[in-house]
Formats: sequence, structure tokens, C-alpha cells
Amino acid sequence: MRIIIVLILCLVPLGCATSQRELLATGESQLALRSMQTRAFDTTNVKGTVRIVMATLQDLGFVLDQANVELGSVSGTKLDRYALRMTVIVSARGEKQVNVRANAQYELKAVEDPVPYQQFFQALEKAMFLTAQQVE
Amino acid sequence: MRNAGRSIALTLSLLSLSGCGGIPKDALQLAPEALADREMQTRRFETRDESALLRASAALLQDLGFNLDDSETELGLLVASKNRSAVEAGQVVGSILVAALTGVAMPIDTKQLMRASVVTRPIGEQDEQIAVRVTFQRVVTDSKNNATKREGMRDPAAYQEFFEKLSKAVFLEAQAL
Repeated sequence: MRIIIVLILCLVPLGCATSQRELLATGESQLALRSMQTRAFDTTNVKGTVRIVMATLQDLGFVLDQANVELGSVSGTKLDRYALRMTVIVSARGEKQVNVRANAQYELKAVEDPVPYQQFFQALEKAMFLTAQQVE
Repeated sequence: MRNAGRSIALTLSLLSLSGCGGIPKDALQLAPEALADREMQTRRFETRDESALLRASAALLQDLGFNLDDSETELGLLVASKNRSAVEAGQVVGSILVAALTGVAMPIDTKQLMRASVVTRPIGEQDEQIAVRVTFQRVVTDSKNNATKREGMRDPAAYQEFFEKLSKAVFLEAQAL
């Protein structure tokens, strides 16, 4: 009996946030998250950077879902028993740099662990022949 | 006391089920086989005409029964997919045998969504060649609509065949990277 009460008590808090709230949920501290998802590169070639992002995603085992040259955006999905979806947006940062912002979702959750993003930017650095610079 | 310990253990295992199976550590790390995969999935063509290669790739995907989902010619991208049967005779027989023995119907694989993306990219000192990379993946679902397989497709023969056909379509040799 005690076990059952404990179990119910444990499950209640999991259930009370309505699932609709997920729509505009921001999860981790927005600033910290954006910072781990963003790097700057010393180039002004947005389109060229998007192409390298596409090649990097392919190297990491993604099949691309879509890309848009005017938005500088690319999305892809990796299936390896799990589903990992990623969107990367490249934009001009001042006159001498580009900003690369990535976000990922693993199964039903946003990826808020810094390590996968570090790994992504390490792979991108190699393909860019440029250093990924931490910003903010 | 023992009861309390058990309930805590149970609770913890339930909580872990309810959802912290996080992203695998190597999901975004370059795998040791990344280079071999790139070679298998890529060919280069002696041409500067990127859009001709994209057009030929789009036509080839159609020949293979794919529908185009998205494209961005300025970035050299085609995305396509097709839905096909995933029924395999062996699995059906197995399921019937299990049902006959136990009275329980085992779900069998019924459908698969196959996806492809083609990316073209100028390469070489003066962009005198175009590299074409194609990647395939699929999601297989069973008769209960559960995904039973989610995987990148790694059969070298499939990539070989794709590039042989593309090569014929553009009258250019498909060269290894």
C-alpha cells in the first residue's frame, strides 16, 4: 500500500504541466542555451558556410530534410535506432564574421547538453578550416 | 524499512523510464567510419554544370519512385522520399507460427518510409568538378504502427547503382573521391 502511494505521489508532478505548455517552452536558461548552440567564424561567405554545414551534417550521418539559401538554414535528421533532428542557421555577424546557430532535438526532447554541440562545432571547424569562436 | 527501500528503487526506475534517456555521447561526433561512408556515398564528375547534375539527380530519383519533398538549387540540395511495403515473407511465416503456437498475434513489419538527400558541391582548385553525395535512410513500421527500424542505409551496392545510373544520365564518368 505504501509503495502504491509513493508511486502515485511520484507520478503526479510529472503529469501536471499541461503538454500544450511545450509550445513556447524555453527549457534551460535561454542565454546559456543560445551560447552553447552558437559559434562565430571569420568568414563573410554565408552561402559557402551553409554548404559546409550541409557536408558536415552528411559526415555525421544525417539525411538532410530541407535548406533555404535566403534564410541560410539547413535541417536534417539522423536515424540510428534513435531519431535526432537538427537545424542550423548561418547569418552574417557584423562585417567580418558569420554566426552559426544550431539546435537539436533527440526523440521528444530538446538537446540542452553542451557536449553534443561542442562535438558538432568541432566537426564543422575541421570542414571550415577555421576556428569556431565562442560568442556572448 | 525494506519496504521503503524497495519503493524507492521502484520509484527511481519508474522515473528513469519516464524520460531521461538522453542523447548518445557519440551522436554528433565524427565516427571513425565517417570517411569510408563519405567515399561510398560520393562521386565526382568532371563538369562545372552543377544544375545539370541536380536535374539529372532529380530525374533519377523519380525513376527510382521517389517523390521530391524539398529542393534548394542554390545550395545544391534535393530531398526525396517514398513509402513502400516492408513485408518480408520470413517474418510473416514466423508470426503465423507464433500465433498458432501461442494464440498471440505477433506484429509484423508492414511499411517503410525511405528517404534520400542529394547534395552537390563544386570542388577542386578552381571548382572544376562537382561532387555529388547521396544518403539514404528508412523508418520501418509494423502492423501496430510502431517504428521497428530507424536506420541509415549502408548497402554499398545501392550507392554504386545510384551513381552508375546518374553517370549514364549525364554522359560523364562517376569518379571516386
